[in-house]
This record gives sequence, C-alpha cells and structure tokens, in this order.
Amino acid sequence: MSLSESDVKKVAKLARIAISDDDVPHLMNELNGILGWIEQLQEVDVEGVEAMTSSVDVALPMREDVLAEGYTGGGQPEKIVANAPKTEDHFFVVPKVVE
Amino acid sequence: MTDLTTKTIAELREGLGKREFSAVEVTDAYLQRAESAAALNAYVRLTPEKAKAQAELSDQRIADAEARPLEGIPLGIKDLFCTEGIETNAASHILDGFVPPYESTVSANLLADGAVFLGKLNLDEFAMGSSNETSYYGPVINPWRREGEDTKLTPGGSSGGSSAAVAARLCAGATATDTGGSIRQPASLTGTVGIKPTYGRCSRWGIVAFASSLDQAGPIARDVRDAAILLTSMAGHDPKDSTSIDRPVPDYEKALEGGVKGLKIGIPKEYRLDGMNAEIDAIWQKGADLLKAQGAEIVEVSLPLTKYALPVYYIVAPAEASSNLARYDGVKYGLRVHDDNIDEMYSKTRAAGFGKEVQRRLMIGTYVLSAGYYDAYYLRAQRVRKKIADEMAKVFEEVDLLLTPSSPSAAFGLGEKSSDPLEMYLNDVFTVTANLAGVPGISVPAGLDAQGLPLGLQLIAPAFGEETMLRGAAALEEAIGFDAQPTEWWK
Repeated sequence: MSLSESDVKKVAKLARIAISDDDVPHLMNELNGILGWIEQLQEVDVEGVEAMTSSVDVALPMREDVLAEGYTGGGQPEKIVANAPKTEDHFFVVPKVVE
Repeated sequence: MTDLTTKTIAELREGLGKREFSAVEVTDAYLQRAESAAALNAYVRLTPEKAKAQAELSDQRIADAEARPLEGIPLGIKDLFCTEGIETNAASHILDGFVPPYESTVSANLLADGAVFLGKLNLDEFAMGSSNETSYYGPVINPWRREGEDTKLTPGGSSGGSSAAVAARLCAGATATDTGGSIRQPASLTGTVGIKPTYGRCSRWGIVAFASSLDQAGPIARDVRDAAILLTSMAGHDPKDSTSIDRPVPDYEKALEGGVKGLKIGIPKEYRLDGMNAEIDAIWQKGADLLKAQGAEIVEVSLPLTKYALPVYYIVAPAEASSNLARYDGVKYGLRVHDDNIDEMYSKTRAAGFGKEVQRRLMIGTYVLSAGYYDAYYLRAQRVRKKIADEMAKVFEEVDLLLTPSSPSAAFGLGEKSSDPLEMYLNDVFTVTANLAGVPGISVPAGLDAQGLPLGLQLIAPAFGEETMLRGAAALEEAIGFDAQPTEWWK
C-alpha cells in the first residue's frame, strides 16, 4: 500500500494540519518510506493472536460515582480557562460555528 | 570547600545530614554552574528564586531534624512534566505560554520528598525524537566531544536535556520519560545511568502524553545508586492514572548490594545486528564476561521477533500520538492562529505549532487509524506486539535478566541523521522492545569508544523486576569502574 498525492492531502485534512501543495510531494515520499518499512509486519503470522491493548495484565480499577475533589471537581472556572488564547466570562471563545 | 556539584545524591544526602554544607550552598553551586552552561542548551528555563526558596526550607527542615529522603537535592525536570505555576511547553511552539495549574504526580512525589527543582530541561518536541533536534528551542549539545574535535554531538533523545544536564553536572539528577528508548539511549550517549521502569510503576498523570500505552517516567542520574534513590521517590500508585499499579514500592537502594551470583543472564542473539559497530560488540562481550566473573551464569537466548519491534512501535506510537495530540487545537491552551473559519483555525494552528517530525508522526498515526486501514496496520501491529510481549515473557521463564547494548552507536553529530527519519528511528532498536512489552530496562555506562565517547549497556528485567535489574546494574557498574568525565569546554 502506498499513498498518492490525494491520499496525503486527505490524511493531512483528517489530522487537521494545513499543508501547501508544495509540501505534498516530499511528504508523500517520507510517509511512503515509513509505510513501506512498516509493511514487513505483513509477514508475521498473527492468526489467532489477540491484539495487545494493555502493557500490564490488570483490570481497570473502578471508583465510586461521586464528584471528585480537586481540579476535576468543578468550581474553578478561572483555572480551567487560564491558559486559553481567548475567553469571555469563563467560556472558551472560538470562531462562529453555526450560521 | 570542594565543588559541591561533584557529589552524588547519596553523598549530598550524607553531607547535608551532617551539616557539612547547607542546601542553599548546594543549590547555589548548581544554579551557578547551570547558568554558565548556556552553550549546552540543556535547560529551557531555570527557576532560581523558587529553587532558593525550596533550599531554604530544606535547611530549616534539616535543622529541625525533619529531613525527608531527598531533602535539599537539586534536580532538573524534563519539560514534559507539568509543574504548577511554571511554564511547561514540551519543547513545542503549540504550547507557547502554557502554565499548568497543577503538578504532575511524579514531580509532586519528588517535591514531597524534599527535592529542590532548578528548572525545566529541554527535549525533543513532545518527546518525539532520538537526538533532541526536533525541539522548538533548538538542540541540546552533548557535553562529550570526540577526542581532538569540536563537532557538536547529540546527547540523544528525547530526554537529551536530562542526560546532558546530568553528564555536565548541571543538576544532581533529572526526571525523564521513555516511550521507545528516550531515557536509555540518551543515558548511553552521555555516560549516565537511566532507568525505564515497568509500565505502571510511575504515574503518567500530569506528564504531557505522547503514546499512552508506552510512556513511562524514570530517572537519569550519575550512578546506579542515585538512580535507585530517585526511582524510590518517583514510583508509586496514583488513583489519577488508571494504569498505575497498586503495588508497594520497595526501597530500591537496598537492592544494590545483592550481587549477581546465581543470576542467569541472557544474551539475545538477534540483538547482534548485521554490520554492528565492532566496539559496541566488544563492550557487550566484556560486560558479559564481567558479570560471569562475579558469579552470573551467561546463556544465549533467542528472541526471533525482535526485528519487528520497531515497525510495530512506528504504528502504535504515532496512532496513540495522533489521538493524544488532537487536544492541541488553539482553543484551550497555547498557540492560536486566527481564522474566521474554525476548521481553518485548527489546521493553521496545528501547522504553525507542530514541528516537521511531529506532523509526520501525526499523519502516520491518522493514516493507520483511518477507515479501511485500521485492521491492516493498527490491529495487526497490536497483535504482533502481543507476540513480542509473549516471547519476552517466555524468555524470562529461563533467565533473570537480559544484557544488550543500549544504543547502536555512540553520540553522533547534529544533522548527521536528521535528514532520514528511518535512520533516526533505528536508534531505538535495542530499547523499544521493553516499551512494547511493558518491562523495565536500565542503561549503565560501559566504557569509551576509540574516539573517547561513552557507550552504554542495557539490562532488561521482567515486569516489576527492578530490584534484580538494579542488582545486575550495580554489579556491572562496579566491575566496569567507569569514571570518565567530559572536558568542560562549554564554560
């Protein structure tokens, strides 16, 4: 499998990275170089092998469904928006998204 | 008074306890030394006021006989760890001006044990790189040079600021993170000791995420004892990281005296690469001989799937990164490039904010997760990963530890490998399997090559085998007796 120029543009769009048409040829070469190298995984027999989803063999812990204390417990809007490029009254401000 | 920066953490602890010198004196000595080493570019920011205030508090606690395990020990913190009230950028333009309102669990553990933070250390952007050249703040320069040359060499990556700062004595020890080799390869290239613990041993909470199933924090230090001391403070269960393991943390320093008598140490034959650097091969053999002389049994073992570890990594890590880095969109923190259209704002912000290597990996990750390719790439990689982890686990039924080189070459020149991403990726060929399998690894300085550059050897242990690993590392360190220091050309 190798990427065409239009695939590269599509992937960049999905990744939300603006690229110029001038970038496409060399990006295509670099990405195809990496993907070509990765291709060797096709030769490994993975029949009946389960996909590894966790590095350690433990069940995810459960917790009580109660409001957490500290940063995730709410009541600190100033801290939540403190680093945002643009805010108003504790809201994140973004360009208009609905007409 | 002798230069306080020549003392190890263990020596500082002793001297501070006996009131031979004060924590303020130690911190001042390090700050002065760090300030005069700007040429190395190891720190992205020093925090002298904060450090001095912490040191004063440490002196007070020592006077009150209330010293904690790391009281007054000056450390450098990789700028991937969020530090409350101190700018944290992960060496990325996209996190410009980000001041975390919270402290990462690992750095909080160190502070709770009395450590002093000197500042934040440079790294590859979002920890993606093996040479520190992807940092938005420019590469770190290795304090080591080839004999008779002034070529600028890499300190390795991604924890290059940490390795360079420890090697040049700009801090007593440093925090670092390892996703594919980012602690062990830089340690190898700078003559320092670096530990990547078992996955889940240290909390990932508050560490800027790269590839969540592989990322693990650990220390870089001057010797095995110091690394063990730091790991004891860094490790521990954290309810805020659901993958952190609830298991008691031993005093790792106590493991050092064990010796290797009776241990079975495996030499994986597939790690002997075609065209491998002869000096590295020789140092590897010497390491095995030294361990054998101390009573270890050396056996050859086979890990036939080793060659697939890097390709698996370059699917899994970019896939996870593409998801983790989706949060950088110009809305919640950092850089925003304005546009009236929100999609354009996202795309332009990410194009301006991410460097080339990060963009490349995000595109690979996006592609392998995209509709129609998910099974062929991502799912297959996770199945091969399972086979690699199983193969590793099976070998550990036969042996206690594995001994391998830490990196395929000594420190290389800046720019020498940056034009070819694949060649750069090969730096992690010996380290990446431990990340895929979730097991711990340590790099120990093993000698100098013909050009006078340090080379490291790696010991790998089964999950939660840190104590056995440290026994092996301490024995190896003592037998090798590495005591070389870089010439201080940067002052």
